[in-house]
Amino acid sequence: MGSARLYAAVAAGGLKRYATYRAATAAGVFTNTVFGLILVYTYLALWDERPHLGGYDQAQAVTYVWLGQALLAALAIGGGGVENELMERIRTGDIATDLYRPADLQLWWLAADVGRALFQLLGRGVIPFVFGALVFPVALPGSWVTWAAFLVSVALGMAVGFGIRYLVALLTFWLMDGTGVTHMAMLVGFFCSGMVLPLNVFPGALGEVVRMLPWSALLQKPADVLLGEADPWSTFAFQGAWAVVLLVAGRLVQSVATRRVVVQGG
Amino acid sequence: MGGVVDGLRTYRMIAAMWMRSTMAYRTSFVMTTFANFAVTALDFVAILLMFSRVDELGGWPLSEVAFLYGLSCVSFGLADLAIGSMERLGQRVRDGTLDTLLVRPAPVLAQVAADRFGLRRLGRVTQGALVLGYALLSVDIGWTPVKVALMPVILLSGAGIFCAVFVAGAAFQFVAQDASEVQNAFTYGGTTLLQYPPTVFGQELVRGVTFVLPLAFVNWVPAAYLLGRPLPLGMPRWTAFVSPLVAVACCALAGLAWRVGLRSYRSTGS
Amino acid sequence: MDPFIELDRVEKVFDVRRKTGFLKRERRQVRAVDGISFTVAPGEMVGYIGPNGAGKSTTIKMLTGILTPSGGRLRVAGIDPSRERTRLAHRIGVVFGQRTTLWWDLPLIDSYKLMHRMYRIPDARYRENLDRCVELLELADLLDVPVRQLSLGQRMRGDIAAALLHDPEVLYLDEPTIGLDVMSKAKVRGFLRELNSERGTTVLLTTHDLQDIEQLCSRVMVIDHGRMMYDGPLTGLHEVGESERTLVVDLERELGPIEIPDARVVKVEGPRQWLAFPASGSAAPLVARIAAEYPLVDLSVREPDIEAVIAKMLHSLGDSPKSPPEQAEEAVS
Repeated sequence: MGSARLYAAVAAGGLKRYATYRAATAAGVFTNTVFGLILVYTYLALWDERPHLGGYDQAQAVTYVWLGQALLAALAIGGGGVENELMERIRTGDIATDLYRPADLQLWWLAADVGRALFQLLGRGVIPFVFGALVFPVALPGSWVTWAAFLVSVALGMAVGFGIRYLVALLTFWLMDGTGVTHMAMLVGFFCSGMVLPLNVFPGALGEVVRMLPWSALLQKPADVLLGEADPWSTFAFQGAWAVVLLVAGRLVQSVATRRVVVQGG
Repeated sequence: MGGVVDGLRTYRMIAAMWMRSTMAYRTSFVMTTFANFAVTALDFVAILLMFSRVDELGGWPLSEVAFLYGLSCVSFGLADLAIGSMERLGQRVRDGTLDTLLVRPAPVLAQVAADRFGLRRLGRVTQGALVLGYALLSVDIGWTPVKVALMPVILLSGAGIFCAVFVAGAAFQFVAQDASEVQNAFTYGGTTLLQYPPTVFGQELVRGVTFVLPLAFVNWVPAAYLLGRPLPLGMPRWTAFVSPLVAVACCALAGLAWRVGLRSYRSTGS
Repeated sequence: MDPFIELDRVEKVFDVRRKTGFLKRERRQVRAVDGISFTVAPGEMVGYIGPNGAGKSTTIKMLTGILTPSGGRLRVAGIDPSRERTRLAHRIGVVFGQRTTLWWDLPLIDSYKLMHRMYRIPDARYRENLDRCVELLELADLLDVPVRQLSLGQRMRGDIAAALLHDPEVLYLDEPTIGLDVMSKAKVRGFLRELNSERGTTVLLTTHDLQDIEQLCSRVMVIDHGRMMYDGPLTGLHEVGESERTLVVDLERELGPIEIPDARVVKVEGPRQWLAFPASGSAAPLVARIAAEYPLVDLSVREPDIEAVIAKMLHSLGDSPKSPPEQAEEAVS
């Protein structure tokens, strides 16, 4: 159990580090709230025109908007998690020293990212969501079981999100300049997670495809669990499967990449 | 007036240095320009997706929403291209590099405005211009010489209003260095808001962005006039022509805010 | 001669908010500079030293017009820096040791061309100054190299040149030798000496390196807790602080502690002995006597480090009871 304590400490460290940026957090809360406000009105207009679009009623659509603003920073949907630091360490070569740490590289960064995500969920997510729920008509579940299922789904979403960003970060081993990849990851993340528009509103085959991709595990799936639009167990299975696939892929890429470092002499 | 000429001269010199700097990394430049284009185009993709399911939004068809979008995007893109890096002012205050600008015989505002000038930001302008081009071909406007002449005025006034927002935001960062994200709500948030018809939003919000932070004059008011629609909040038709005045007033106020901010920095050092 | 720099009871007070609890914050005033007066004549070369947070860089920031004083009167070349910052900028040069003003990704020469235009330096003047700096600071081979590829020492030399192209009458240097190797330090010092003696440029520098002061400055000012604690020649500082230099002596063989006047043995380790002697005195007579009386193989002189000298000096003056330590922390970020 010693190693569990280690990773818990890493996570706590990640949480504390982000907690020190108070003004930045407050500014983020403000900005998320403003963007939520803008999006809510456009969604209301959209659902006015087509009630029950994508199977949501207006209150559900509004809830979806505020959920998106609440999870945006926590799940680092557009990037901005610990992967930036990891990429910087790969670029500078500091990663070589990390390999000698008596800890698993992937688990170490996962723990740090979980700490960050927890802080941003509480520090940046709760206030915009509460604001939205108080000012606009929202559809929240009455049963605590649904809330619990939602939290599980968010946790799985975090794992998938980390899995994606970890793979993106590892590309730095081959590309050296990560700016382009980060931009692309942000683009795909926003579009395919449902940040831009709920995925169940996407038309035809495009909708079919994006709903199967891992990014849908970030926002769309937890939202559907909270809104009672999806069966929790099959959602967990979908998210869990992607999490496993991505984390295993991450391990494989990591071992190829670190072998390169070792061969090159660090 | 001497100050303005001096400021523009300084701006040109520093912007030219930054352009040459970015050319040191050509591949990265091409990639970031493309990324800038693609990321900003995502907003229009969202609108297209919406219109794949509906024919109107707030009573406006796709072509007219595209018109709003194009005007908002080009105006904001020009402001972002010109002085977008001012959002980094808080960073410069924190790491102390602002001081190196203060010992130069040139206006600080011009030096900060030209900081990290990057042509990659043309991505957003290009993208907005393409949508605007599409919109101009598909909307039904009875063009008159006055209306034609109004188009460039709208774009420049819009850019002026957004520039004022950037400057005011930077001035705020003299006071709160870590809160640079607040500015995003008004810059990126502002341009997103203006991409949708005013009829979509609550009356209080529309009033707020007309009379408090007059973003409505970037596109909502003049575009409604051009499209022959009722102006937001039932304003008279002549208000479609006041955008330049609004822009000048905003820039004057932002300039004032900048002076106050800079003075406060120089008296508190933080 | 009229003083070039004039400070009369200059003060800088900051409002600082400090976290005292989870949400509680306490406001209090910090007097970073607390009534400092001094004058510097044209052509003087002055060292401005003190512990970290003593108010050194706050003073420099007021002298350059970056910060507005809270009280007192300040003039540089007859100009009030905070009121006429840009007019003053043409007459001063500033080098911030740890912040380069050079263009990172561009060849060094490009930064100079920008200075040429920004300061509106007449062409002939610019060429002449550039040529002189390039020669004396050995920059000829570096002009076409992107700044990011320069070593720390090369970059510092480049920064100094950039600050001098417009013929400033005074040059402020904030830690000009910090982090540099011995060779680079020597080059920088040699250049500054030359600049001061040939062109008569007034130089004010802050440093943590006592050798900078020793080799460059006829006058040193010590500031602590925002107040002037000492203003005079370096030797006087040693006398006030009773600071000591160390003579490290290698003898042929192990002997008992060396006994000579004006020095005392502080350590013996085999044939090597350490002798302390007053820093205000000269080492030459000591060396002569030791060489005459003992089998001397080798010797070296170690300088006291600046922190130690200042600490001793402040101690011997007795710290002003009116300024508790936490009042003096520097609030400038």
